[in-house]
Amino acid sequence: MGLLDAGITRHNVLVTSVDNVLNWARLSSLWPMGFGLACCAIEMMATNASNYDLERFGIFPRSSPRQSDLMIVAGTVTMKMAERVVRLYEQMPEPRYVLSMGSCSNCGGPYWEHGYHVLKGVDRVIPVDVYVPGCPPRPEALIGGLMKVQELIRMEQIGISRADALRKLAEKALDPQFIVERERKAARA
Amino acid sequence: MEEGKVVSQSVQDSAAAYSIIHERFGAAVSALDANETMPFFEVVDTDRWVEIALFMRDHAKLKFNYMACLTGVDYPAEEKVGIICNFESLAQLNHKLAIKLKCARKGGSIPSVACVWHTANWHEREAYDLFGMTFTGHPEMKRILCPDDWEGHPLLKDYKVQEKYHGIKVPY
Repeated sequence: MGLLDAGITRHNVLVTSVDNVLNWARLSSLWPMGFGLACCAIEMMATNASNYDLERFGIFPRSSPRQSDLMIVAGTVTMKMAERVVRLYEQMPEPRYVLSMGSCSNCGGPYWEHGYHVLKGVDRVIPVDVYVPGCPPRPEALIGGLMKVQELIRMEQIGISRADALRKLAEKALDPQFIVERERKAARA
Repeated sequence: MEEGKVVSQSVQDSAAAYSIIHERFGAAVSALDANETMPFFEVVDTDRWVEIALFMRDHAKLKFNYMACLTGVDYPAEEKVGIICNFESLAQLNHKLAIKLKCARKGGSIPSVACVWHTANWHEREAYDLFGMTFTGHPEMKRILCPDDWEGHPLLKDYKVQEKYHGIKVPY
């Protein structure tokens, strides 16, 4: 439930916690760093463009790691690029989030065995918060991943670590199979 | 070529170009393999490769003004590595030829033709990067795709990927 869904009294006063306000502000203006590494970047660009319109979530690519909250690792990370990715990550101000987009950055993808030049998963060099599977993932999947990052931010509180927030998120997770079955039953043949 | 076999015009053109080269360089080049896909011959005396290249580019009846491709090949059975170059005469004589060169698998070298066709500059660096033969006389003989401090040459048949690169695990 979003902050604005809470009841606002007729005096236009909203009572909530500091955590809620901070989290709401941060998750409503997630600025990813505008960089792509391979074909996933095309899907990411499509997601940013008018059809899928990420800007309605306040997600808007920035051209500098120093202004970014989120790194979308969109594509194949080569060994040569890995060290640059680490440097970009280190230049981002905290709190920062990493979304690994597509099979290549998740685990090496099709290059897992014979791709001598490919890093087998970007999580070998930087900590990843959300993985989006797909080769490449459709814009809907990327948006799903970004929603997950927003949920993660919603779990955060002053004084708890990122690991705790991730644990809270995992505990809250719904069983996707249940939702799939429910939707199938509801859908007309 | 077998007698009585129908040979296409493009192969005949390639054979005509080859005969000019063969006439000039004799035993330095092998016989022509006049296949329909890509007629080729091998430069046996690799030391004369630059001389042959200049002749091919500048001779009025050859005018190979375009190096279309340069591919590296590993021949582990012969203990050799080599390159295959594809040449065309764009907008001039419209014939084509492929040329093969080989050198020793360990520490072998082939003369560079980067001064003849500028295309060869990056292609030779790529062949060096992935197969390990060096090109003598190349203006900048270093790796082009892999990092400068990479170990080994990845397209050799017996290549084993290194365990770590700058502290990062490489294999899956």
